[in-house]
Amino acid sequence: MSTVLFKEFTLPEVDRHEVLRYMGCKESTAETEALIDRAIEIARGAFCGKVCFCELPLSVFDSQIQFGAIRTKSKNLLKNLDGCESVILFGATVGIEIDRLIMRYGKISPSLAVCLQALGAERIEALCDIFCADMARKQGFQGKRLRPRFSPGYGDFPLDAQKEIFAILGCDRRIGLTLNDSLIMSPTKSVTAIIGIY
Amino acid sequence: MKILDFIKNNLLILDGGMGTLLQSHGLAAGELPERWNLTHPKVIQKIHRDYYNAGSNVVSTNTFGANLLKFSREELEDIIRAAVENAKIARETSNSGKERFIALDIGPSGKLLKPYGDFDFEDAVSLFAETVKLGVKYGVDFIFIETMNDSYETKAALLAAKENCDLPVFVSNAYGSDGRLMTGASSAAMVAMLEGMGADAIGANCSLGPSQLAPVVEELLKYASVPVLLKPNAGLPEIKDGKTVYDITPEEFAKEVAMLVGKGVRICGGCCGTTPDYIRALAGSNPTIPAMSEKKNDTLVSSYTHAVNFANAPILIGERINPTGKKRFKQALRDRDIDFILKEGLDQEAAGAHILDVNVGLPEKDEPETIKEVVCALQAVCNLPLQIDTANPVAMEAALRRYNGKAMINSVNGKAESMRAVFPLVKKYGGVVVALTLDENGIPDSVDGRLEIAKRILSVAKEYGIDKKDIIFDTLTMTVSAEPTAALVTLGALRRIREELGANTVLGVSNVSFGLPARDVLNSAFFVSALENGLSAAIMNPYSAEMMKAYYSFRALHGLDENCSDYVALAARLTGSETISAAGTSSADNGTESLKETIIKGRCDKARELTVAMLGDTPALDIVKEHIIPALDVVGKGFEEHTVYLPGLLMSAEAAKAAFEPISEALAASKAEGAERLTIVMATVKGDIHDIGKNIVCLLLENYGFRVIDLGRDVAPEAIVEAALRYKAEIVGLSALMTTTVPSMEKTVAMLHENVPFCKVIVGGAVLTEEYANMIGADKYAADAMEAVRYAESVEAGLK
Repeated sequence: MSTVLFKEFTLPEVDRHEVLRYMGCKESTAETEALIDRAIEIARGAFCGKVCFCELPLSVFDSQIQFGAIRTKSKNLLKNLDGCESVILFGATVGIEIDRLIMRYGKISPSLAVCLQALGAERIEALCDIFCADMARKQGFQGKRLRPRFSPGYGDFPLDAQKEIFAILGCDRRIGLTLNDSLIMSPTKSVTAIIGIY
Repeated sequence: MKILDFIKNNLLILDGGMGTLLQSHGLAAGELPERWNLTHPKVIQKIHRDYYNAGSNVVSTNTFGANLLKFSREELEDIIRAAVENAKIARETSNSGKERFIALDIGPSGKLLKPYGDFDFEDAVSLFAETVKLGVKYGVDFIFIETMNDSYETKAALLAAKENCDLPVFVSNAYGSDGRLMTGASSAAMVAMLEGMGADAIGANCSLGPSQLAPVVEELLKYASVPVLLKPNAGLPEIKDGKTVYDITPEEFAKEVAMLVGKGVRICGGCCGTTPDYIRALAGSNPTIPAMSEKKNDTLVSSYTHAVNFANAPILIGERINPTGKKRFKQALRDRDIDFILKEGLDQEAAGAHILDVNVGLPEKDEPETIKEVVCALQAVCNLPLQIDTANPVAMEAALRRYNGKAMINSVNGKAESMRAVFPLVKKYGGVVVALTLDENGIPDSVDGRLEIAKRILSVAKEYGIDKKDIIFDTLTMTVSAEPTAALVTLGALRRIREELGANTVLGVSNVSFGLPARDVLNSAFFVSALENGLSAAIMNPYSAEMMKAYYSFRALHGLDENCSDYVALAARLTGSETISAAGTSSADNGTESLKETIIKGRCDKARELTVAMLGDTPALDIVKEHIIPALDVVGKGFEEHTVYLPGLLMSAEAAKAAFEPISEALAASKAEGAERLTIVMATVKGDIHDIGKNIVCLLLENYGFRVIDLGRDVAPEAIVEAALRYKAEIVGLSALMTTTVPSMEKTVAMLHENVPFCKVIVGGAVLTEEYANMIGADKYAADAMEAVRYAESVEAGLK
């Protein structure tokens, strides 16, 4: 049950509205549209869609949440996992190339760098969405449903949990996702999260 | 028998997976398997013994993650001692009649190296060195570096092994379904780097099943002279009825691996999901191995993504990163303006260079430190291989050590002293070295003289164990205006080196026209003559339209350009002038737009063009006052009022910057300096690698005329204090994205207040708030770039 699995996804079409939103634009202009076009063109082929994940039994006692070797206290997570008996733990990344592009265009054109950064944010969220949809479909066969994904750092769920999540998932060797001393993930366009199954 | 002798005539069979078996014995999710060497020695011994009994010639110690990041010094030694001991007991108690070896297993650190992670290259080398030393102390037969998914970390591990033992080192990488490592390297790039550094076997393991790894293995076999290793997974795991199963059976696995052994793989085993049953099937299938392959002669240099193969077509080496005769470049070096140098690199890449020469030698600068910094900075943004160009062996080593890939080296020559200094570096770090055909007696003026030196260089290189394929001869371009037959000797020597020695050649072409007018015309004609005489690579100016015309024409005429498509692409880029523009940057023209409107709309090229035109009849400072600053004000106000968004603000800022370029040139020419503005040091604090916000603030501050010193990201508090003092900064700007890096910001603020009391500290970043900023003692919190600009203006007004 605790075996970590690996899955690679093909990402869907870019949602330009989301890119615009991540850039902080409430409305679009011809210039921003052209910027998004260029960013998409530059980043063509730069994204992968790698996910590693496992299913773990969940136990709660004294408001302490435990799955695998992870023990944590978080009211927000507890609420999210209310009624769940197990969880899916996952790490996802769209790869390092977008970080390179953001750094490269930071030297050439900061506006493109901002746009690439927004595109990267849209891509990793898109990856998480298709992964979660895939999991929901599989759990659905067994009459189960999924809670929304919940990441360390959301609400009072401590970022410290990242260390254990990385230890369980082996993110570095499975999908090339690493954690630095400040608990920041590299590649930066990556997500780890917990999904309650009920 | 030594393992390297064994491989000469036998297929070397490695072991299979360890993790899956440990889990079946009760290893919990997240538990460190290396501790089991101490807590469950019998289990580890049994697994090793089962592999030997199944037919493995090698078991790898259970030390995949045994390093100082995960264990204390003491525990690490206990673990490695026990791990080697467990393998030895298994070897002694096994009933196998085969040759049995023990490998010290080394997996990745789990950290990503700088610049994309926070782990320093030298720290990685030290980390692996500790593990290697302990393995050697307790007696293994060889070092097995495996499952590495980053080329830079692989280099660190191999370097650590080479520097701390004389044992053979096998290196295996985890390739993805795209045939590349996670950080982008192709298998050819890995062969170039690893073989250059002296790996004894190179291979692929983990990530995929044997047939999916076949394309990677075939590529490795194509380029590697050393034995190729394959240790694939039993396919991919899936959960069936609550149990983990892999989708390839032992028999299928053995069959697929045997097929690749037939193609030349000499070392094989299994990774995740494989068990002694898989190894038994593999050993039992008794695959026949072909004889050891002949040495491969491809001349390869590589970056962290790809290899450049000199066999494919003539190579262009961009010469522009060089201070010689360039005032602006020298100034950039003195100011440590690394971005200026990076821009030169990126522009040459856009112009079509395949490799970039890097020369940053200035008499008054610390060259080893500078070249190391420039090489690392270039490799963060540009994936072309680099040519390390220096006469200083210390600088050469500093650059080669940090270089991610197999570099070109410029240069060695026929002097005994030069060869003594350079060849050991080529041998240790790998590289393709430019060899100048000159010696203690100078440059021979005859073809025979230069050929003789080339022969001598080759024979000395051989004594160091350096192959001919890694030497590339420069027969030295001399000035025809000084010596009428100079070019003929150069070309004659070139041809004979190609034909008689079969070696590659390179020339710096532009010297031929020194002292003559219309130099590009002569240079390009000489370039074509050299290509016709067998030139493999040219060190040249990729912005020169004449040179590029000559190059692409030659390729089209020699059948090196399919459908003449590169030639056609070049034709589209020719602007009719002496220089050549990057592809696709021309802007939509809008004739009547004023400079102010152009900047507001964010059109860089147009802004530059208009400014150049206006400089004909308008004083530079008037253009700034009447167009650029008003445009910035319009956009800045719009941003503050939420009618302009961040991308719009930035596009205008970039257009303003483009307009400033010709203006600062004009000002420099007329020596009319603008008013001195404040100096602002900017940095993202230690531990934080997000710098996009900081870059935006830098751009805006520069736009408004402030002198900005950008220290980059992940910068230690000490370095920020040092810079604030050195540049006498009135303001330091700090950025942090995450709560975890705010303590680092707090420490920096405290150190600044203590050591640089005249300096104001402004902070920003996603995680910060006004309260937070006050709490950590900052002078100002800025929510966005415009607020930072306004604050800098107010500080400046206060000082007046």
